[in-house]
Amino acid sequence: MAYLDHAATTPMLEEVISAMSATMSEVGNASSLHAAGRRARRTVEESRERLAASLDAGPSEIIFTGGGTESDNLAVKGIYLARRAENAARRRILVSAIEHHAVLDAVLWLGSHEQAQVELLPVDEVGQVHPDTLATAIARDPGSVALVSVMWANNEIGTVQPISELAEVAHQWDIPFHTDAVQAVGTLDVSFARSGVDALTVTAHKLGGPYGAGALLLSRDVNCVPLLHGGGQERDVRSGTLDTAGVVGLSLAAELAVGRRSEMAQRLTGLRNTLIAGILREVPEARINGHPTQRLPGNVHASFRGCEGDSLLMLLDAKGVECSTGSACSAGVSQPSHVLLAMGADEATARGSLRFSLGHTSTESDVEAVVGAIGGVVERARRAGLANAVRR
Amino acid sequence: MKGDACLNATTSDVPLKVLAAMSGGVDSAVAAARAVDAGWDVTGVHLALSRQPATLRSGARGCCSVEDANDARRAADVLGIPFYVWDFAERFAADVIDDFVAEYEAGRTPNPCLRCNEQIKFSALLDRALALGFDAVVTGHHAQLADGELRRSVDAGKDQSYVLAVLTPDQLSHAIFPLGDSTKDQVRAEAAARGLSVADKPDSHDICFIADGDTQRFLTDRLGERPGDIVDADGQVLGEHAGTFGFTVGQRKGLNLTTPAAGGKPRYVLSISPKSNTVVVGDKAALEVGAISCTAPVWISRRGSDEFDCAVQLRAHGMVSPARVRLDPDGGLTARLDRPQFGVAAGQALVMYDGDRVLGSATITATSR
Ligand SMILES: Cc1ncc(COP(=O)(O)O)c(C=O)c1O
Repeated sequence: MAYLDHAATTPMLEEVISAMSATMSEVGNASSLHAAGRRARRTVEESRERLAASLDAGPSEIIFTGGGTESDNLAVKGIYLARRAENAARRRILVSAIEHHAVLDAVLWLGSHEQAQVELLPVDEVGQVHPDTLATAIARDPGSVALVSVMWANNEIGTVQPISELAEVAHQWDIPFHTDAVQAVGTLDVSFARSGVDALTVTAHKLGGPYGAGALLLSRDVNCVPLLHGGGQERDVRSGTLDTAGVVGLSLAAELAVGRRSEMAQRLTGLRNTLIAGILREVPEARINGHPTQRLPGNVHASFRGCEGDSLLMLLDAKGVECSTGSACSAGVSQPSHVLLAMGADEATARGSLRFSLGHTSTESDVEAVVGAIGGVVERARRAGLANAVRR
Repeated sequence: MKGDACLNATTSDVPLKVLAAMSGGVDSAVAAARAVDAGWDVTGVHLALSRQPATLRSGARGCCSVEDANDARRAADVLGIPFYVWDFAERFAADVIDDFVAEYEAGRTPNPCLRCNEQIKFSALLDRALALGFDAVVTGHHAQLADGELRRSVDAGKDQSYVLAVLTPDQLSHAIFPLGDSTKDQVRAEAAARGLSVADKPDSHDICFIADGDTQRFLTDRLGERPGDIVDADGQVLGEHAGTFGFTVGQRKGLNLTTPAAGGKPRYVLSISPKSNTVVVGDKAALEVGAISCTAPVWISRRGSDEFDCAVQLRAHGMVSPARVRLDPDGGLTARLDRPQFGVAAGQALVMYDGDRVLGSATITATSR
């Protein structure tokens, strides 16, 4: 098996598994006052400091959550509701057109239930949001903007955004800025302090940590209305008994991933470039999507005209190559990617695309497996694509 | 349970590569299971046929809901086979739903299941499967297929040979129906024994793309109201209709006639004329049909002569009647029924049988006494 879907999830690190197992065998609710509770709390707080150090943030800026989706929802809904409560005129939410559904669907929900006006910031043909685009959108009516959210790096096409510049633009008008950095941590230099963002989403399972553990990094001067009410944990912003083992797993995975980031980025960039060259050699008409250099080290996203992504996926799966069409599913049916459409791709191109994503266990032989299979697979999928065009 | 495709496979060591169409129901799950047992290389596929899956009927009754896709995936997981959902919504809309509406609009009575087999499962899906390197498509239809011959299922009540009789020998050569030698009860029992959770899922009945079963409203939504007269054979107006597409020849209910019939005899739809926008009704005797004209015959097993005796079936789950069939010079055919039948609708298929063996089919265009 060649696993090239690390952007979906990446194998857990052995160190993380043993640290979590050790934690799981100890009793203790971090909110309890007795010795067992104190021990759990100490573990949680040490983990908080460890995660803060890895992401260049203050420990008090960390809110542990149940993963990336929750962090994104908490950020955009919580900050929107807080900003609107302060000033009812703040109804506009500006997000990039290529956000993950955890941001996109959350703001669309605010649009249909909380009177938000959602504006999608256009991207260029390689998937970048220009600071000018953001500035123009804000300047149209600065007083009405509740928040801005632009992801650090895109999960499908791997394009990296000029996050500090974008955050700076928002700050010229004192507008809070959130970024989903789920795909960025571990291969890019993610510093909460230096980036200038006010809120940042991270999740453990893309770093070698467990599923269902994440955090929202939230600056102390940004108000955020809680979505989960209860025991008042996590600064009253996110109630719920802390998952001590999950918190340990997240923090250790982040520390390990960030610690070997440069070396990993360099290795993955090499593999990625070999993979891109190999695909283009086998299928010269293939198109690599996204930014040529400002892209995630482990991301290759390619379009194969005349092919259905579904067919490509199935044929590669049968040859032991595991990858993704990169786009979201609705009821198991893959939809043409909103990311590619936003970059100006036509629907046929958007449907005929694959994402290969490399990670810490990737090797040369994974890349060779793809390169060895891709030519035949594309040819076959193209024939099937032609067989299947709607007859009119 | 063997089709031609699997006979070919016995000549080589490579296992047959088959695509099992899995609707989420019990039949297709057991069909896929039997394909796995046969030692074939099986991949499961669920066809997403609706443009808005979530809005279609939920639960067990339809064939296109999200629950059905999940049921199919769960069955594939139990069988340990790869599983994918393929989007055929556009083809289905163009080839089945649009055709269904157009046929009713033209005064005929279509059979969408038959059209789906002909255009989607054994055309769009089969073409794609073959192009992707599969040898055959496996479905859970209740019919027997061996040596190129299509026969009724051993379960007469569940037999689906009627809706498969439109397939050409070429299509059938890449089709496998593993359930034809079993009754529905046996299939359910087998599903339970195999631990398939769909074992006691109710059968789907109606038209899968009409969520609430209200065909008339479905058609009205698409075609708009087109009010006109309901008349008797003499042209006397007996009532009003909202569109001729809402009627089927032989229909008795829902006519809402204002003038009662002499003697209180029930009245039936005798004919439908979209051109003059009228529906003609009359008593049952006038529905009697002795001769049927058909177009576009498809032969699975063609007779040597241009005139022969066989048994014909005129609608799904309909009665069978002995008939003499004559091939017409224009490429169509005419069937002379030994005993008259009532309420034969244009647009339905006439399927010819020799005992339980399908000879071929053709589309009914006109009837006479
Ligand atoms: C960019 C991005 N945001 C959010 C998420 C959701 O994170 P999680 O799976 O932890 O809920 C993902 C992962 O699928 C992602 O790639």
